[in-house]
Amino acid sequence: MTAIAPGTLQKSSQRGSAARARLLRGLLPALSLALVLIAIAWLNPRAISYFGFNLMLNLAIPIALATIAQMFVIAGNELDLSIGTFVGFVGCVTATWLRDAPLMGIVVLLGSIGVYALLGALIHLRNLPSIVVTLGMSFVWQGLAILVLPKPGGKAPDWLLSIMSFKPPYIPFPILAALIIAAVVHFGLMRTSYGVILRGSGGNAAALRRAGWSLLRTKIVLFALTGLFGVLSGMALIGITTSADANIGNGYTLLSIAGVILGGGEFVGGRVSPIGAVLGALTLALAASPLLTFMHIPPDWQVAANGAILIIVLAARVLISRRER
Amino acid sequence: MLKANTDIVRLNGAEKHFGAVRALNGVDFHVGAGECVGLVGHNGAGKSTLMHMVAGTLRPDGGQIAVRGNEEASYSVARALELGIRCVFQELSLCPNLSIAENTRINHPALKGFGWRRKAADLIRAKLDEIFPDHGISADDIAGDLSIGRRQMVEVARAFTLTREPLHLVILDEPTSSLDAHTAGQLLSFVRRFVEQGGSCILISHVLGEVLQNADRIVVMRDGKVVAADAAAAFDRDKLVAAMGGAEGHQKAAAETRKVAAGPLRVRARPARQQDEKELVARAGEIIGLAGLAGHGQTDLLLAIFSAAARAKAGLEVTAPVALVAGDRQSDGIFAQWSIAQNIGIRSLAKLRKGLLISPQREAELAEFWKQKIGIRTPDMNNNIYSLSGGNQQKALFARALGSDAEIVLMDDPMRGVDIGTKLEVYDLVREEAAKGRTFLWYTTETEELDNCDHVYVFKNGRIVANLGRDELTEEKIIQSSFGDAA
Amino acid sequence: MASLRMMLEKPWLWSFVGALVVWLATVAFTGGYGAGGMVTAALSLAVFTVIVGVGQMFVITLGPGNVDLSLPANIGLASAVAMKVMGGSDSMIVVGLLAALACGAAIGAINYLLIWALRIPPIIATLSASFVIQSVDISYGRGLQIKPPPGFADFTNWQVLGIPVLAMLTVLFTIGAALALQRMIFGRSVLAIGQNIRAAWLAGVHVGRIRFLTYTLCGALGGIDGALLAGYFRGANVDIGNEYLLASIAVVVIGGTSVAGGKANVPGVWGAGLFLVLLLTMLNTFGVSAGVRLVLTGLIIVGVITAAGGEKAVR
Repeated sequence: MTAIAPGTLQKSSQRGSAARARLLRGLLPALSLALVLIAIAWLNPRAISYFGFNLMLNLAIPIALATIAQMFVIAGNELDLSIGTFVGFVGCVTATWLRDAPLMGIVVLLGSIGVYALLGALIHLRNLPSIVVTLGMSFVWQGLAILVLPKPGGKAPDWLLSIMSFKPPYIPFPILAALIIAAVVHFGLMRTSYGVILRGSGGNAAALRRAGWSLLRTKIVLFALTGLFGVLSGMALIGITTSADANIGNGYTLLSIAGVILGGGEFVGGRVSPIGAVLGALTLALAASPLLTFMHIPPDWQVAANGAILIIVLAARVLISRRER
Repeated sequence: MLKANTDIVRLNGAEKHFGAVRALNGVDFHVGAGECVGLVGHNGAGKSTLMHMVAGTLRPDGGQIAVRGNEEASYSVARALELGIRCVFQELSLCPNLSIAENTRINHPALKGFGWRRKAADLIRAKLDEIFPDHGISADDIAGDLSIGRRQMVEVARAFTLTREPLHLVILDEPTSSLDAHTAGQLLSFVRRFVEQGGSCILISHVLGEVLQNADRIVVMRDGKVVAADAAAAFDRDKLVAAMGGAEGHQKAAAETRKVAAGPLRVRARPARQQDEKELVARAGEIIGLAGLAGHGQTDLLLAIFSAAARAKAGLEVTAPVALVAGDRQSDGIFAQWSIAQNIGIRSLAKLRKGLLISPQREAELAEFWKQKIGIRTPDMNNNIYSLSGGNQQKALFARALGSDAEIVLMDDPMRGVDIGTKLEVYDLVREEAAKGRTFLWYTTETEELDNCDHVYVFKNGRIVANLGRDELTEEKIIQSSFGDAA
Repeated sequence: MASLRMMLEKPWLWSFVGALVVWLATVAFTGGYGAGGMVTAALSLAVFTVIVGVGQMFVITLGPGNVDLSLPANIGLASAVAMKVMGGSDSMIVVGLLAALACGAAIGAINYLLIWALRIPPIIATLSASFVIQSVDISYGRGLQIKPPPGFADFTNWQVLGIPVLAMLTVLFTIGAALALQRMIFGRSVLAIGQNIRAAWLAGVHVGRIRFLTYTLCGALGGIDGALLAGYFRGANVDIGNEYLLASIAVVVIGGTSVAGGKANVPGVWGAGLFLVLLLTMLNTFGVSAGVRLVLTGLIIVGVITAAGGEKAVR
């Protein structure tokens, strides 16, 4: 009965430190990004320019969108191991049907979002492990991608090409796009009243059920959102690469998971951050190649650097949360 | 006498079974408008089950439920909320990843659209200000960052916030368990105000003083039944204690005085939150009881002793192998995929080996030996563990511990929901094994079981508050020390 | 009726039934041509999936969230290590195999170290580790494709009466693994942890030690698999293990091991391994395109897990 220590000062300072640790953890994605940027600036000052960013962050937009897609399932304590091949499938559809038969292309893409929604329902109703279901789906998407586009090729629709090669004044397009993505998703998930329910389903599902909310519906919505952002990611990717390949998205599964975790998300408990996820994706995109080339790290070790960054960030997080206690 | 149609809620002959256990056995219960009903009883008396029914989270197996005189055929949480019945559950039901305002939003579908965050924040802030004037909680705080006491304050306040749904009855299940005296006082006086303005309330608390002072009427439950119900003024503390404990279970079970030769020291332990010099000491051949209300540090101490046996810990001395008999079978004991024999053998795998491999023959022998000795009722020990009744599952867990090399056996309230026949068989076995030199540390919420113990430590708030010898052991004494309002 | 019940109680039978059906369908299609050769080829290829599948099975049996995603990288690195140590000389075969084993075991141990020290879910720990391993492999195995010693290549391709010797050895190994699972303290502890980690701890199981051993074992099996693959395909390369990430998980699931943990079976891994290889052969024989093949594989995995999924609600 004396769980609360007497003395208001002591109480608020205790809570203050918890909030401070959370703030620190929230800043971690931004700090890692800043660190990578500083390293680049130091190694090659010319890279910090309008054209430099356009070049370095070339692939940041599709990575950020895929990371956001992964973030939605993680918010509901699930994982999507098929997002990479799904992005590849969308890419193939975009480079073929969406150009040649736009109506058909749109129907197929909307249908694939529907498939994601159905997966969410299946996983909830049959109480299935999402890892295995999405693992199976990764075969399906890859197979479909090959069926749509057996050999690398195709061409992005012109309107998509012109969107992705848009050159706004002063701010490089990838940065502008990242800002918009982060702002839109942050508003949708963190500020709207239904976003609260979506995150709550990851935090304490039982409490939500007791308050009369449908957990089936939250799961369907989360998976559908993953599908939606997967579609956007695949389209953006093709807008940049101009042509497609069935294997084009394969790396995105692991990149997207890493991006969410780098961005301060956690696998369970509905703790995710859209802004963090976008920052994490940018960090990964930057760290993926240009930085390491500047640092004279041979290309062999670039993947290792990604792994090492992940491990270092996780270690930092453990240190911070230890101090929290 | 209140007329039936002024009742907010009325249950007739409510029944509920969990497997073989009868949690509720034909309970009649009602709450009138503008009334605060106090509900008391020991752990497992059926209070929480009854409240889950009123709140719509559990369906009764038998009996009717009526709200404002209308019988409800398909009663559910949604229906209860619609009818203005809400519950603050004992287990915290805030989302730890959301802010206080966001948690408020979860309970109010009406909080949506433009400006919902401000509305939700204003709503919960106003209610917190009203109930706990100096709460110091901001609506933007994340629930997981708050202390458990503050989380409880938020939950209580949230239950009284009002948007679209009406509010007639609030069930408060141990609402003060994590609050200090000052905050608890604020809450209880708010409840009185709420009731005076025509609201209804069910107050469940183990602090008998709170119930006696704030309830209009008190209902006492025991073993899934209502055993007493009367105006609060008709009760006093002693009468309540007597009604809860049951006077007839009072004669001691043929207390043949066991001769205990003080054997070598087996366990010496101090609870982590102990501030004075009291400590638990157990010697070979002793049966030591751990008493007090549920969740007051008994299990924590048993677990600390258990881990100290594997890895040395400061302040804990354990000199022999330890085994634990779990009380919460589902989460701490049973391996659901395995047979009875495998469930018994897991603690003794090294002993069952022949060469590198576990010998099925030895495993079967061990199982068969204990099947006879402890009387596990099954045609085949290779059947799945869930083919047994609850009591027999518990016997298998006893067999696991007693069949092992452990000299110290920790019992974590293992007789919860076990039938009396099984209990008596196990009591005999425990005494027999103690006579052979084994040490038993026995946490129990059922006071009559303590009669089997050589002496009893009473726990309160994570500390040992009394050490009662066998001769000074009475139910009143235990209840007095564990309910002692002097914190 | 009784036999049906027996089938339901032994989920691994289904994977063998599936393999048989697929084989019969293919044989019917070819009019009996190549029936035996198909079995030989299936056995040779299934071996590699079975070895890593057994490792993955032990890991998955540890309970929800436990999975080793570093197997492909592990296989790739170990294959390079084995080939470099052997250096094309028959006298170094055993040393090379031991080196691959040690390399894999070290990777498994590091995996568990990350899980334990950083307290992160195994999925992300093994994932980060696999990034690093991949780079080590690229850098280490840089340049030419490394050839196995002729003796080793012949050994991995050796057949007696149409049965690959490697398959026979793997059958022996899986019998050992089945014994370890059901009849040794290690296996019993893994099963106990997977069913209920808290109850396992309270029943005296050394939870930390067993989890460490399991990840190390899985890593070691990945290592040995890498060496054998390099021998069979006559050369190591970075991508040699890529298909084994999904395949190792798929054979475990199709083989009747519960993804919820605590329930495993070894024969099912064999059945599922043969099933996947024969399915591939069948679809190839039918002249089905690679795309359809992948789609069907995926749908089968989803179908199997959906059919087996309801059991989680028992508790």
